[in-house]
Amino acid sequence: MPDGATPFVLDVKDLKTVFRTRRGEVHAVNDVSFTLKPGELLGVVGESGSGKSVTMMSLIRLLPMPPAEIRGGQVMFEGEDLANASEETMRAIRGARIGMIFQDPMTSLNPVFTVGYQVMEPLRKHMGLSKHQASDRAVELLELVGIPDARRRLGDYPHQFSGGMRQRVMIAIALACDPKVLIADEPTTALDVTIQAQILELIKELRQKLGMAIVWITHDLGVIAGIADRVMVMYGGQVVEQAPVRELFANPQHPYTRMLLETVPHVRGERAAKLQVIEGQPPILGKAPDSCSFRARCPQAFDRCAAENPARFELGADHDTACFWDFKTGAPRDV
Amino acid sequence: MFDRSAGRKLLEVKGLKMYFPIRTGLLRRQTGNVKAVDDVSFDIYEGETLGLVGESGCGKSTCGRAVLRLYEPTEGSILLDGEEIAHAPFDKLRRLRPKMQMVFQDPQASLNPRMTVAAIIGEPLSEHSDMDAGARLDRIYELMDAVGLNRDFANRYPHEFSGGQRQRIGIARALALNPKFIVCDEPIAALDVSIQAQVVNLLEELQDRLGLTYLFISHDLSMVRHIADRVAVMYLGKVVELAPRDGLYDDPLHPYTKALLSAVPEPDPVLHDTAERTILQGDVPSPANPPKGCNFCTRCPSVMEICRQIDPEFREVRPGRFVACHHYNEDTNQTADNAA
Repeated sequence: MPDGATPFVLDVKDLKTVFRTRRGEVHAVNDVSFTLKPGELLGVVGESGSGKSVTMMSLIRLLPMPPAEIRGGQVMFEGEDLANASEETMRAIRGARIGMIFQDPMTSLNPVFTVGYQVMEPLRKHMGLSKHQASDRAVELLELVGIPDARRRLGDYPHQFSGGMRQRVMIAIALACDPKVLIADEPTTALDVTIQAQILELIKELRQKLGMAIVWITHDLGVIAGIADRVMVMYGGQVVEQAPVRELFANPQHPYTRMLLETVPHVRGERAAKLQVIEGQPPILGKAPDSCSFRARCPQAFDRCAAENPARFELGADHDTACFWDFKTGAPRDV
Repeated sequence: MFDRSAGRKLLEVKGLKMYFPIRTGLLRRQTGNVKAVDDVSFDIYEGETLGLVGESGCGKSTCGRAVLRLYEPTEGSILLDGEEIAHAPFDKLRRLRPKMQMVFQDPQASLNPRMTVAAIIGEPLSEHSDMDAGARLDRIYELMDAVGLNRDFANRYPHEFSGGQRQRIGIARALALNPKFIVCDEPIAALDVSIQAQVVNLLEELQDRLGLTYLFISHDLSMVRHIADRVAVMYLGKVVELAPRDGLYDDPLHPYTKALLSAVPEPDPVLHDTAERTILQGDVPSPANPPKGCNFCTRCPSVMEICRQIDPEFREVRPGRFVACHHYNEDTNQTADNAA
């Protein structure tokens, strides 16, 4: 990594988030580090409870605090450390320089305000546009995301839009202030496949036009394969593997990634007679992990996995994995 | 793969229609119908799994429920094992219930949070059989073993289990009365990928062991390819294509099936760059107001003039392959040419 001026729009180091519940602490994010280059699309995959959403919500501080508590780490965004920024600064950044899209477009749009009002809100709040300017810009944005007859539809309410159209509205809102980074949390999970295909196509097109960096959270490896430049696999609140998309799918090095890829049935090509299964459940961590959190489900696990928590080993070609087992030699790593 | 020629039809559905009335105005007069299931016919052979796929709102779940007569069908006949269900009187229906069961999508919502696992699994037994308490408990344990639940958990409540385990409870309940036919309505949609595989493997294993017949409703085309022997594709209340699994996935006939398959993102980045994709424009029309002619004509990439006029007939175009599309209908094509 080059020193001095950072080549990243977002540089996260050792982020730790803990939830304090009545039944003790839950360590949801454990020393997560990652970077995001300008214009890059980083895919984040993992099962529910793997900490992928909580990580992203922590870095824009969109978690209820308490019970959540960010216990450490650094989030560098445009020269500022968001982990220690004031709530005021955060409010100026969220929805402006960092845009967000959530899973369910119905619950994230306010049903009692018109779509036009909701698209115009960030434009007026963050960019100080007049009502008139904002409405012109809103029409532009809605046209950009492919909503036909945009000017007329400004006065419509969210329930008058279909699911796919609502997600387009969400994207228009997220893009309103021309963000540097867009955080998309399972944006197509609630949609049907044909509508999902439309949204994925739209995102690809918008990336070319606008050039923002995107963090795309999903559990769907198919979506990731089609859209991401780089992929980060999470498990137990940690990054267990990180690599460019083709490298990750062709050459997965963490047992969890390998099993995840094998459990997914395909629509084309060979049809497996029996589905691969990952037995067991993802863990809920009551304390910071001092051993590998995947070892209970891991076919490769050996004594060292119970004794210490693996760090991320560099494998070259921008690929790293947090595992003591070396699949290349078929033996434990000697580090 | 399942051999259809040797089989016996367990379920025969003919011309099934399920309309829900739309009532408007002060007097709640009926002003229209939501045609959730509109003239659907299919058979399921004994020991077979028929996959029923389609997008949300296409009527696949309604179809599954109507087949078990959880709704009162508007029209049509449903024969299960030779007995008519669609119009059976209540007492006869109750006698038939043990033969047909259902596994629901959301195991959280379909299990009573105030009942223990043993009570949930045992309920159909106390309703439909005259087992004494001891025999019932034995049967409950047997069922828990069959679906891979630890017997020690019999007195726990649903919230103490994970999603995958709850779905196992739902499956055990469905199996309690030794059914022949089970409708699985999106049984894995609410589960994580790694857990989905566990549940699907369990369903397959139980089918082999107990000779069950499934109607497997899902929007997940890759999972259906894994579990189903034959697949029916629904669009806006109608079955547009019905075919053996390999035929359907290797060589889809209906333009909607083609588009649907090409929209599924494959977990392979290389394939994404090379594959040709058909991206459908627009949304599914409302089933309260379907388009004239073929239901798919508003989004079809290869729509013809005739498609906007006449609803294509659902017919067998090759052995075992049914499709409702004018492109495979030589007679109508000719008439269309003549007319033009």
